[in-house]
Parts: sequence; structure tokens; C-alpha cells
Amino acid sequence: MATIAAGLSVTLRQRKPVPLECTLDCAPGELLALVGPSGSGKSTVLRCIAGLHRPSQGRVECGRASWLDRERGIALLPQHRRVGMVFQNYSLLPHLSAQDNVALALWQLPPGQRAAQAREWLARVHLHGLERQFPAQLSGGQQQRVALARALARTMTVTDEPAVLLLDEPFSAVDQVTRRKLQQELARLRRELSIPIVLVTHDLDEARMLADRMVLLHHGVSLQSGPPEEVMTRPANAAIAHLVGLGNLFEGIVGGPDANGKLVLEWLGRRLEVARNPGFAQGDKVNWVIPPEGILLHRSDRPSRGEAENPVSGRVVDCVVLGPYTQIMLRPESDQGKLPLTFSVPTHVAQRNRVAVGSVARITLLAQAIHLMRWEDSGRGERR
Amino acid sequence: MDWPALTLSLQLAAATTLLLLPLAILLARPLAWSRFAGKGLVEALVALPLVLPPTVLGFYLLLALGEHSAPGRLYHALTGRTLVFSFDGLLLASLVFNLPFAVQPIQRAFDAIPRGSREAAWCCGLSAWRTLWRVELPLAWPGLLSAIVLTFAHTLGEFGVVLMVGGNIAGETRTVAISIYDRVQSFDESGAAAMSALLVAISFAAIGTLNVLTRRIGRDGHDRV
Repeated sequence: MATIAAGLSVTLRQRKPVPLECTLDCAPGELLALVGPSGSGKSTVLRCIAGLHRPSQGRVECGRASWLDRERGIALLPQHRRVGMVFQNYSLLPHLSAQDNVALALWQLPPGQRAAQAREWLARVHLHGLERQFPAQLSGGQQQRVALARALARTMTVTDEPAVLLLDEPFSAVDQVTRRKLQQELARLRRELSIPIVLVTHDLDEARMLADRMVLLHHGVSLQSGPPEEVMTRPANAAIAHLVGLGNLFEGIVGGPDANGKLVLEWLGRRLEVARNPGFAQGDKVNWVIPPEGILLHRSDRPSRGEAENPVSGRVVDCVVLGPYTQIMLRPESDQGKLPLTFSVPTHVAQRNRVAVGSVARITLLAQAIHLMRWEDSGRGERR
Repeated sequence: MDWPALTLSLQLAAATTLLLLPLAILLARPLAWSRFAGKGLVEALVALPLVLPPTVLGFYLLLALGEHSAPGRLYHALTGRTLVFSFDGLLLASLVFNLPFAVQPIQRAFDAIPRGSREAAWCCGLSAWRTLWRVELPLAWPGLLSAIVLTFAHTLGEFGVVLMVGGNIAGETRTVAISIYDRVQSFDESGAAAMSALLVAISFAAIGTLNVLTRRIGRDGHDRV
């Protein structure tokens, strides 16, 4: 099953029908998540890679093969790109059985080998025994597996051509239990694949669980790429912070180093210790974010005596139980009408510490989690 | 019973269906899937034989295929035969007046094929030709079947255009429909009745077969999308 190692490199630009300004790279064996809200152009980017859409400008290269190069007038048909595609609604052919759907992607093999190969692929996605079923007789999760088997079969039949696997929101049409199961299976399966894999999703958690790297797309523009953990905790600017759902977005001023030589952020009359300085000078105005997991609640029965990291006390303005977790909004003391901090604790922790609306609580802002960004005026207004 | 007329009708219907089917597929695909300038005009032209009185259509075909027309002269130069008042001309006219009966059901069937089905085939590496045979035609099968039955049955029954273009030459252009008219004119009511009953039976059988076949396709889940 060894396919030659070839990375995918994509640059796309167009104005209509969907504006695109997108660059992405995906190494062999890497799973790249293309993340963005609906309508951000993720699917269009995927279709450009597959050859189902032709952008007005751009290049798509897979290894040494050029699939698209508008300047050189190259635009290969989808048939001539070795692309395994799992469509959002799977697009199984309704008149063909599960086995024949997979065999369709194996047409380059001698006719005698196709059926056996197709059965093998179905077995790999745990569909043994369902070969003769038609798509309409299969559950959503089973249909997704057939689609995955078909895509894999396409990318692996001829192994000396560079290939990519493209997944267009493959988990969006199944229930949550099935989704978890399929996601785990993909995580297992991908370890055996040595081709670039591009996963389109609007689900940040999915990207975090499955992807090695992610590209954040908004209005067709690729804004930031990197490991999901990094993009989601250290966004490049306030707009990206909003897109990855970081609500704790504030303004502050970079202060001088403290007694230990650590960088300090001045915020609402407080001096917060910051572990990482991406290159700001003293006196710079900045936006800063802290992910909810960077905020710790102090125990009410054992108040810390000031030695805790970046202690902040305030009044709880909102407290919502969301099953096993409770979301708390805390307005810091001496607040000058600014936004509260939002974070989550396990519900039993909230109960034991008697967190309720109106109560006073103390928290720690982990210096490691505070992320400074270039100040932007528009940062505040966009908050939803 | 005018057996030669019935044979001629069946020959004409079979030839029309056989020739028109690929032509209709060729025409219906772009009408279903592409957007191009003048598409509305083409659709209107295809539908025209539905609303035009057969005599009007027949009149224009007579002009277009006649001895002084370009197609008529070309055909005469090539074969030494005339197009009008011959089986060949009748076949040509039959292709024209059956156009909507073949194109429209096929166009609707292609229209109903989800774009994703074709794209999935392309992403499996299937060429346009393979996609036509493995995906498009099997999925459009109910529409193709409708087109076949409608064209066949309609050719058997067409009267006005046949009379205008072909006249009434036994063994060459006298179809069953013309023959029935002849019998009535010559007060042979029993002959007309027998042939009419036969036409009713054939048409009924055709529609019945169509219904059974389409329903079976639906039951197998073949046309579900």
C-alpha cells in the first residue's frame, strides 16, 4: 500500500463566484484541517484541489505533478488527478451496491481483481457482510464508510502517482455517537496513510482532535495556519481570536519587567505576569486573550495569600450549568465597565466552592496562557 | 386487416426510436446541465411539434424536404430517390415530430441526477464517456424508457404529418393510421374497427410495460437519490 511521498501545495485566488485568497500546504501523511464558518469558502478550496472548480488564478501541485497552473494554462480534469474525495453527503451512486460503488474507483485494475479489492476495502472500514447492500439500505454512518472506502481505493490503486485524500465535512451528517466512532476510526486509519489528507470542517473541536495542522479560512481568505492548539490559543489577531471562539479578549499595556525580570501586562490597574513576549516593547498597547482553560478557580475554603500566579478576584455575574461543566462569568473588582472573564470548571467544583451569581470568587490567570497580540481598534466591536 | 400497413408502421416506429434516442440524449444533456445563450430558444423549438397542428408541421416539412429544397436535391443526387412521398422522408419527418416526446422525458431525467453523482464518478477517475455509461444512463433509465415508449406509440398513431409528407402509397408510406382512415372513407367499418382495436391494444401494452418497468426500478431503489 505504499504510495510515493508527495506533498500538496495550493495557492488560489479569485473574485467570483466566491472570493478566494488562499494558500495551504500539506505534507505526505499529514492531516490538514481547513476550518472556517459556513460560507467561508472551505468547500470551494477543496473543489479546486479536486478539479471540480477552476479558480481564475492559482496553482495546485501534488509532488512534482502540476494539477493546476493558470499562468501556464494547466488545468487537469478531476479524472486526471489522483484524488480520493469523500463528499459531504457522500454522493454514493444509488444504483450500485456498496461493493460496486467501491469497485468504480478500481476501474484501472483488471476486471477480475476489482470485486476482491473492493471487498477488501470495505472490510478495512468495517463493512464486511454489507457488500451487496444498496446505499438506500445503509445507515448514514455506513454510507460514510463506503464513501471513505471508495476514496481510499481511488488513491491507492496506482501507487506510483501522487495522490491526496479530501474529506468534505465527512462527519456532519451523522449523529454524535456515530460521529465520535467514525472520528476515532479516521484517527486510527490515517496513521497507515502516507498521502496528504485535507479535512474540511466547521468544527474546531474536530480539527483539534484529528488534525496535525489547521488553516483558518474566513471569507475565502486563509488567515492563519499552524497546529490547532497554537491557532486556537495563540491567534495572530483579535479577528482570529473571535473566529476560534476566544471570548476573553481584552486590551492592556505592556509594562516593564517585574522584580524577577518577567514581562508584565498592565490591565485594569493590575500587573499580570506574562510568560511569552512575541516582541512587544514597554508601553505598547496590545490586545490579549486567555483561553478558558488558562483560568483556574481558587478553593473558597483555602484562600491563597497572594503567592498564587496572577490572582484576580471578582464577582460572579453569570453561572450556567452545562452538564458536567459549569460556565462562570466573573467581573473583576475595580472593573471600569469592561467585559467579564469567562471560564469553565467541573460542575462539582463549582458546587463545592458555592459559586453562584453575586458571590465573590478568586481566580488565577496562568502566565503561560496569556497571549499578547498587536492592538487593533476593531477588536471590540466584533464581539458576538 | 392491412398487414403491410401495420408492418410499415412498426418499421417506422422502430427506426424512429432507434435513431432518435441517441440524438435526444445528445440534445437533452446540455439542456439539463449547461447554461448557454439561446437555451430557451432551443427548448422552445424542441417543444414546438407538441403545439403545432400536424398539418402545419407537415406543410413545412413538405417544403423543407421537397424536390426543390436543398435537402431534397442533395438526397436525390446521392440516392436517386426523393425524400417526399418515400419511407426515408417519412422517417425524417417522424424524427422531427417526435422530438419533444423523446427529448423532454430524458431532459427531466438528467435534470434529476444530482451533480454529486457525476462528480463522484469523475473523482473515481471515470472519463466523461465512462461516466455516461456507468452513471448517467443507468440513473436516467426511467426517462429513457418513457422516451422510447412515447416515441414508439406516437409514431404508430401520427396521421397528419404522415399524410402531408408521405401521402398514401401502399408499402411505402401507408401507415396503419392512414389505412384506418382509408377504410372508413370506403365504408369498411369492420376493417377499421379491427385495426383500431389493434392500435389500442399495442398502445395499452406499451404504457403498461412502461409502468411496470418504472415501478420495478423504483422498488429496487435504483432511482432513489
